[in-house]
Amino acid sequence: MKTLFERSVKGRSCAILPELDVPACLPERTRKQALRLPELSETDISRHYTELAGQTFGVNDGFYPLGSCTMKYNPKINEQTAALEGFADVHPLQDNVQGCLEVLATAEKYLCEITGMDAMTFQPAAGAHGELTGLMLIKRYHELHGNTARNKIIVPDSAHGTNPASSAMCGFTVVNIPSAEDGCVDLAKLREACGEDTAGLMLTNPNTLGIFDKHIREITDIVHEAGGLCYYDGANLNAVMGIARPGDMGFDCIHLNLHKSFSTPHGGGGPGSGPVGCKSFLAPYLPGKKVVCEDGRYAWQDRGPESIGAVRSFHGNFLVVIKAFTYLLSLGREGVPAVAQNAVLNANYLKHLLEGTYEVTNKGVCMHEFVLTLEREKKEIGVSAMDIAKALQDYDMHPPTMYFPLNVHEALMVEPTETESKETLDAAAAAFLEIYAKAKADPEAMHHTPYNSPITRPDEVKAARHPVLRYQFDD
Amino acid sequence: MGGYIPSTVLQQEEMLKEAGFSSMKDLYRDVPEALKLQKELNLPKGMSELETARTMRRLAGKNKVYDSVFRGAGAYRHYIPAIVKSVVNKEEFVTAYTPYQAEISQGVLQSIFEYQTMICELTGMDVANASVYDGAVAAAEAISMCRTPKKKKVFVSAGIHPDTLKVIRTYSWAASEEVVVLPLKDGLTDLSGLDSEASCVYVQQPNYYGVIEDLKDIAEKAHALGLQVIAGMEPFAMCLLETPAECGVDIAVGEGQPLGMPLSFGGPYLGFMAATTKMMRKLPGRIVGETEDTEGRRAFVLTLQAREQHIRREKASSNICSNEALCAMTAAVYLAAMGPEGMKNAASQCYAKAHYLAAELEKSGLKRCFEADFFNEFVTECADPEGLLARLDEKGILGGLPVENGILWCATELNSKEEIDALVKEVSA
Ligand SMILES: Cc1ncc(COP(=O)(O)O)c(C=O)c1O
Repeated sequence: MKTLFERSVKGRSCAILPELDVPACLPERTRKQALRLPELSETDISRHYTELAGQTFGVNDGFYPLGSCTMKYNPKINEQTAALEGFADVHPLQDNVQGCLEVLATAEKYLCEITGMDAMTFQPAAGAHGELTGLMLIKRYHELHGNTARNKIIVPDSAHGTNPASSAMCGFTVVNIPSAEDGCVDLAKLREACGEDTAGLMLTNPNTLGIFDKHIREITDIVHEAGGLCYYDGANLNAVMGIARPGDMGFDCIHLNLHKSFSTPHGGGGPGSGPVGCKSFLAPYLPGKKVVCEDGRYAWQDRGPESIGAVRSFHGNFLVVIKAFTYLLSLGREGVPAVAQNAVLNANYLKHLLEGTYEVTNKGVCMHEFVLTLEREKKEIGVSAMDIAKALQDYDMHPPTMYFPLNVHEALMVEPTETESKETLDAAAAAFLEIYAKAKADPEAMHHTPYNSPITRPDEVKAARHPVLRYQFDD
Repeated sequence: MGGYIPSTVLQQEEMLKEAGFSSMKDLYRDVPEALKLQKELNLPKGMSELETARTMRRLAGKNKVYDSVFRGAGAYRHYIPAIVKSVVNKEEFVTAYTPYQAEISQGVLQSIFEYQTMICELTGMDVANASVYDGAVAAAEAISMCRTPKKKKVFVSAGIHPDTLKVIRTYSWAASEEVVVLPLKDGLTDLSGLDSEASCVYVQQPNYYGVIEDLKDIAEKAHALGLQVIAGMEPFAMCLLETPAECGVDIAVGEGQPLGMPLSFGGPYLGFMAATTKMMRKLPGRIVGETEDTEGRRAFVLTLQAREQHIRREKASSNICSNEALCAMTAAVYLAAMGPEGMKNAASQCYAKAHYLAAELEKSGLKRCFEADFFNEFVTECADPEGLLARLDEKGILGGLPVENGILWCATELNSKEEIDALVKEVSA
């Protein structure tokens, strides 16, 4: 379809602003370069984006079992409360914000209760940003304790790519450790990796294979005994919230993805919110200001000289926190564990329906997600994880996450979430099974899937070799 | 109360049985008993939607929404055309994930491609990324782009936003990099301390105090010392003043909030980043590129992924995964609604209104602190900022921000002459 620039007609415009009501004046040196923004009517814009929306698949369009991303339904009441003028039209540097501060303080209290942490910052704007922040807390801790030799972060090979990338950004050297046969942390390898130079460990639990690591207490003990700290990647909290707490598992700090576990929408890639919680001994290092409450009055307070400073301007993605807080109010103490249980139930149910046909890496109970491997099919009939994923598009659902985690070949990671019904899961399973049968009967046809999407498979190699990253004007 | 869980209790039981479990508790048989929470969470009981709505409305009511706002300092209240919210509230855009599956994500991908083009047009630069978390992070990320193993020092102007300075300091500390602050002289960055040992210099245009810097001169002097030049740009100012590209800047970044995003108590906002083609492969975050599908039709995909965390892990040039995609779309719809003439007009109105406000305040005895020209913010002296701001507050006016030696005022196209005159009347009272 046409781009906005191809729809542009010289001289067309929307009448947005009134005429200037004060004397006109201009700066001395002005812009000479052309400003080639599109010239459009409101009708043009409205239809353009309606057409684009038609070529976008959201959670409201159908089942979205994108593993590790927790694509649960995004409740509409959250959008409505975040749009309230009293939140949306408030300046970050104004006073008279008792409501905003109360939300931040209360959200901190609830999320600390759920995670078993003592303090939290809402400055980080996404999960990876939270990781960087949490690692900075670890760095600061060692720095202030004179442990400058502690410069290594241990990361299992099943970890999300942001874990090692955040570690490197924080100036750490990454020590990758291979997972054990069952996908969990290999305790012997962990012991080997731990030493005088260990700053900490980054771990996802349940891990990216959807397994709750039974040895989690031993793991955090090993790291602590070696003098390191333990970081919990909270991307998978949906499986265990209200059931078990990272703080009780021995973790010292954690990031949450409010845009996963706490139902705030992903917006096609953000905005998210990645608050970081920590135990009290790390709290003085948190970035930004903290909210305190005295005699029912809320106020900002500086965290003091040991704080790492700031990782974002102002107070983070505040309206995303409003959405997550609204969700927490709706769920309450009984709703939080119910969400976790149903997320795990849905995953196990769907896994059970696929198990006889597809190879599932996890033979036992899974948590909120499970991983299929197409390694055998790839070898025997040339059908890859990508082929199956693309074929699923033709069944009105979004494909699972492909090729992650990296310690599984031809991986498809399936996370149904708790907001899907049995009917949806049954239909999805039927689609998976039908595709499998088709793949066996006609493997060649699989390479051309999807058949009904707005485009067929794009040439990614061409995109990277000859980058066209902006619209090219004729003139 | 609810958890947005559609399965009925009966269905849950059926599914448990079918998958081989005796109860919900049985699903957690792998979790060591000692680790299980033995009590109920200390949270209130869940609420119905009506109660939730009522509670949130009550909380929102405890915040003051001002009739007129003369405070900017990194967060600006502009008029937001109706079409902007209508477009970005579309459920497909709101609820989609990052467009990993290009075939069913052309809408989001194309919107980012269009956004990237518009950022290139605003800045005059060659390439733009799909956004980072905010303007301050964009500045810190741009500094990382310039970092080399040998050059672990950066210059930043004292005229940048204090939060941006904090974020830069924090990111640079993590990378063991020294941050040297260049002082201001008469409100403008003093370059006399520059040397060739640093990787780059970061300045803000207009600077935190509203003053228009001589960006061309800064770029020339810095380049002569072999430094890269990063400028943090205000989006409206770029439509009126010389573009960063015209000034010879290597990386242009900034806070995109003024482009259609409400104040939102500080977020979500939008960090934009644009660079020369030479720096393209060092850009952090997502980038969308144009290509073809197997039928030869135009298609958009996430590209240049060899830079990114999911491919390169610890060798990646940044850790960005989720960014601010919906905010980028907001900016694009805003810019489409305003068009080139609308943006130039809005920028001139910001400039003219701020100059009218400054002249009127001066008549009432609030003298400007710096002589150099400014865009839509400026600092005046003020003997009793607290008293003045409290008086304005009573009238529903959010006055400028108290800063060292005075008040930092801001005007946008949203401030009518009437509003400005009402403000000045209070100041003179
Ligand atoms: C396990 C895990 N960790 C971290 C992240 C990064 O989160 P974000 O995209 O919010 O930066 C993700 C996101 O996909 C993830 O799945």
